Amino acid sequence: MYTTKAVYLDNHSTTPVDPRVLEAMLPYFTNTFGNAASRTHGFGWEAEKAVDDAREQIARLINAKSKDMVFTSGATESDNLAIKGVVEFYKDKGNHVVTAVTEHKAVLDTCRMLERKGLATVTYLPVDRYGMVDPDAVRRAITDETVLVSIMYANNEVGTINPIGEIGKIAREKGVLFHTDATQGVGKLPVDVEAMHIDLLSMSAHKMYGPKGIGALYVRSKSPRVRLTAIIDGGGHERGMRSGTLNVPGIVGFGKACELCREGMADEAQRVLRLRERLKDFIYAQLDEVYLNGHPVHRLPGNLNVSFAYVEGESLLMGLNGSVHPIAASASLPPIAVSSGSACTSATLEPSYVLKALGVGDDLAHTSIRFGIGRFNTDEEIDYVGERVVGEVRRLRDLSPLYEMAKEGIDLKSVAWQRD
Amino acid sequence: MAYSEKVLDHYSNPRNVGSFAKDEPNVGTGVVGAPECGDVMKLQLKISDDGVVEDARFKTFGCGSAIASSSYVTELVKGKTVDEVMKIKNSEIVHELSLPPVKIHCSVLAEDGIKAAIADWKRRRTTDTKAAS
Ligand SMILES: Cc1ncc(COP(=O)(O)O)c(C=O)c1O
Repeated sequence: MYTTKAVYLDNHSTTPVDPRVLEAMLPYFTNTFGNAASRTHGFGWEAEKAVDDAREQIARLINAKSKDMVFTSGATESDNLAIKGVVEFYKDKGNHVVTAVTEHKAVLDTCRMLERKGLATVTYLPVDRYGMVDPDAVRRAITDETVLVSIMYANNEVGTINPIGEIGKIAREKGVLFHTDATQGVGKLPVDVEAMHIDLLSMSAHKMYGPKGIGALYVRSKSPRVRLTAIIDGGGHERGMRSGTLNVPGIVGFGKACELCREGMADEAQRVLRLRERLKDFIYAQLDEVYLNGHPVHRLPGNLNVSFAYVEGESLLMGLNGSVHPIAASASLPPIAVSSGSACTSATLEPSYVLKALGVGDDLAHTSIRFGIGRFNTDEEIDYVGERVVGEVRRLRDLSPLYEMAKEGIDLKSVAWQRD
Repeated sequence: MAYSEKVLDHYSNPRNVGSFAKDEPNVGTGVVGAPECGDVMKLQLKISDDGVVEDARFKTFGCGSAIASSSYVTELVKGKTVDEVMKIKNSEIVHELSLPPVKIHCSVLAEDGIKAAIADWKRRRTTDTKAAS
């Protein structure tokens, strides 16, 4: 037996709060509970000070000015505010947005909504087979009507890192604002809003060992000054861009999380990368027909997304989850938490649109598994996961008519399948 | 998603997994579904001369519910006549395994598998008889 408790390898979905973050937050629920907007007493002043300090910590991680950080409830809200806010404010200048097909739904559905309402026309750029956006394609897509380019930093499914520095430079040259959804990249990869010519940037605390329900939108205030129309109106907090009493404990935790990421980034990236390669090497050595999804090099250090041909993803998840369920046979095995691009795990019953955009066929998309390795994973956990994954894949391949046919030398693409 | 105990049981301990030899007489093979749709089921039924299902084997590519539906069907058909087997409805599988609405297509696949296997058996029997006469 390797480990005693469940192994969490779904760190792209969310991360646990770092104990040091929690510790920093606790006083702000009880003792220092003031409203950061209360100007008339010490409770308010203390809260305001805590928010100012956190703003500083967060801004420093991305080389921004602290006053350019606007607190939101998370990256979904930040994406909405960036895109809707720019489109609305600059509507006399133009109404065209350039984005990419592999963006998070928070970006894509926001764009679709603007199209439906007739407020914007949107170009959805394709990606290459590794999931990367071509900066030249961005350049070609920009027209006189373009007000915003929105391209993500690192993809949440396949981990591919976009050349956002180059894209930012092009947008700047063309006089178009550049927004990046950096939710998966911030804290794991270096970000510099100056060097990368970023005008707006979305981030979220719970992807970087901070609490859920707090995030930020970086809004550049100088050269160029970015203007937005708010979505949430009220007391005029956050330079009028996002009203509402600030979530002080959340903000304090977010600040601490950013500080920890900044201090530990280089070491952590290396350590997490080593764990990923260890898992990958083991799986590749033990199993045939495993295919990597995403870029072999330009990817998040903690991301491993692979397709185990002939084994449907949800069935594999079920095996790995094992002991959450009352299966006597595997009751002693700690469950493993990962995710899949299979249709069976999505609400829409469609396989992952991201994998589709990379040109991964539906057959292989159904067999994809995303491992998201993070700060708290250990060598022992990785070795345990490797053994379990290999064992389950072998078991399910023995059950798979496709594996049998492939081993008999049948070309599965040439079979006349009976579809419903 | 929460799985029923019966789905978990069939998934963990699938019954009658495997394949009969291709050229074995009295075997009907049904292969239904498609890899790009995320499920493929191969069901083989061994049927006696007087039309009783004597044995069954399956292999399934698909989610846990698809595997469980296939496994359950191999138990369900044994000892039944061809006519009885043809009357099996997917709703029976849904009920037995407590499949949620999003998994009903797994039971449909299993029903289709039975029909395809029987059709293959009938086809082979007529060609065999023709060859013999
Ligand atoms: C790339 C990306 N953008 C946006 C989001 C949404 O973040 P939040 O949960 O903070 O709204 C996520 C998280 O799922 C993400 O991975």
